[in-house]
Amino acid sequence: MTPQHPQQQSPWLALWFAFFNDLFRYLGALGRELGGSRGRLLVLAVPLAWLALFFALPLAIVLKISLASPVAGVPPYTDLVALGPDGRVTIELSLAGYLRLLTDPLYVASYLNSIQFAAVSTVACLLLGYPIAYGIARAGPLARLVLLTLVILPFWTSSLLRTYALIGILRTNGTLNQILLGLGLIDAPVQLLNTNLAVYIGITYNYLPFMILPLAANLMRLDYTLLEAAADLGARPLKAFLTVTVPLSLPGIVAGSLLVFIPALGEYVIPELLGGPDALAIGKRIWDDFFMARDYPLAAAVAVAMLLLIVVPMLVFEYVQERDARREARR
Amino acid sequence: MNGRRPFVLYTLMAFGYAFLYLPIVTVIAYSFNESRMVTVWGGFSTKWYAALFANAQILDAAKLSLLIAVLSSTLAVVIGTLAGLALARFGSYRGRGALSLMTSAPLVMPDVMLGISALFLFITLQQLTGWPGGRGVDTITIAHVTLCVCYVTIIVRSRLVQMDLSLEEAAMDLGARPWKVFFVITLPLIWPALVAGWLLAFTLSLDDVVIASFTSGPGASTLPIVVLSKVRFGVTPEINALATLLIVAVAIGVTLAGWLMHRRQR
Repeated sequence: MTPQHPQQQSPWLALWFAFFNDLFRYLGALGRELGGSRGRLLVLAVPLAWLALFFALPLAIVLKISLASPVAGVPPYTDLVALGPDGRVTIELSLAGYLRLLTDPLYVASYLNSIQFAAVSTVACLLLGYPIAYGIARAGPLARLVLLTLVILPFWTSSLLRTYALIGILRTNGTLNQILLGLGLIDAPVQLLNTNLAVYIGITYNYLPFMILPLAANLMRLDYTLLEAAADLGARPLKAFLTVTVPLSLPGIVAGSLLVFIPALGEYVIPELLGGPDALAIGKRIWDDFFMARDYPLAAAVAVAMLLLIVVPMLVFEYVQERDARREARR
Repeated sequence: MNGRRPFVLYTLMAFGYAFLYLPIVTVIAYSFNESRMVTVWGGFSTKWYAALFANAQILDAAKLSLLIAVLSSTLAVVIGTLAGLALARFGSYRGRGALSLMTSAPLVMPDVMLGISALFLFITLQQLTGWPGGRGVDTITIAHVTLCVCYVTIIVRSRLVQMDLSLEEAAMDLGARPWKVFFVITLPLIWPALVAGWLLAFTLSLDDVVIASFTSGPGASTLPIVVLSKVRFGVTPEINALATLLIVAVAIGVTLAGWLMHRRQR
């Protein structure tokens, strides 16, 4: 047990016990609502408790730390509420981190850059992935299995190693430059690594399976007699595709796009390994502020701001998930 | 399509698959390159594989990663199956929205968010209660479980929803208590989903570098952490060998799983 300085006798401990008190009262009410079945309560309580403790509570703590000030010591941030020996309660909140986010051009640029990286890569994933998903959906059982397996294989391979593989390809003397030189398309090797282009390629490459799989699942459930009807009515294949298939596959497009866009916003490894010093990204800011500058409150503020950025797409995703799950259940 | 070979589609698909596989094929090729330089093909050699297995740092990290992956996937499957059950079978109740939200949020949340929040939790817990004393296997495992639970939940939930409810109802009509129905009827029917969830959680845990970096301590370096520190400085031949081994292992696993599924569908 670390020795407690009297001044640090934490009001948080009281909050902690109050939290558990409320939790058990909540669980009791829940149990009555589930018809008194203790078994059901247990099934629900275990995941709920785990996620509340290890997912929801940490997010609240991030918010709390974002309002603290950095100090030298362990832990390297101030306590928000301090109980002094004379009975005084001092509440000290600092918005310095958030102010920095709004005013420091480095952070503003990082947010905008991250959004750009994620958005462009999502579009690229959609353009590259839609034909594959469509082909998978239209293929016969054996071909479909092979094609799906070929998509799932990179999905299950470590993304860190696949990003690393891209380094070998994009280097000045790497595979891509060698191919371009060999084909005579360029005269001298082009700088591909440590550029923003490399980051786009990297994110698209890593997240492509996340676009293909939901899209293929959606396209496989499509009613293709509608396309035949369109053809019977005289529509050419391209027009039928654009006016029938694409709108019907919109849920798949939305699901795949969200699965790519939201995590790509917070990417750290890809901008770090493939991007240059001008590849600003929120993920890099959080990492650097945390590990290099040891400024926990600033890193927490950046994280909270990022959370605010993704909360709307996340709720959309959650709503779509829930709706699809219920629709599946009703079938 | 009226009988015409969809040439455009095939071309676009080929381009997409080439994009997916060019880096993988390149790494495999380089791992057998005698020369350290990627521009020069020095001849076929397996010396980098020997160097890989002689590298104690990488081997220790691999062992640690495997341990953490096994622990977190098993725990994640248990918790995720309970969550899937609660979401698929229990109808409406007070905590349902919260559970649904918390089991789909980590799915899309960026890793840095999960990592930094977990670390702050552990720091705060240490302040309040003295546990955890330092950060290592236990903290990484907890963070990984939290990440993986949502994937398992989705897989189990969708399988439960597709399952034929009449079997469970018949068992209950015959007088079986709910726990017995679950273990005797439901579990045998959904076990492929549990296996798939376990494998997915295992892969996620093995591959994760950001969350592990935040939640690990000195002396607890996982394989991805070691790999990241090595590749920051460019291409390293031992990592090529490591990547090839992992790709081959995954390829065998995925092909096997695909073949098994194909046979079941016959």
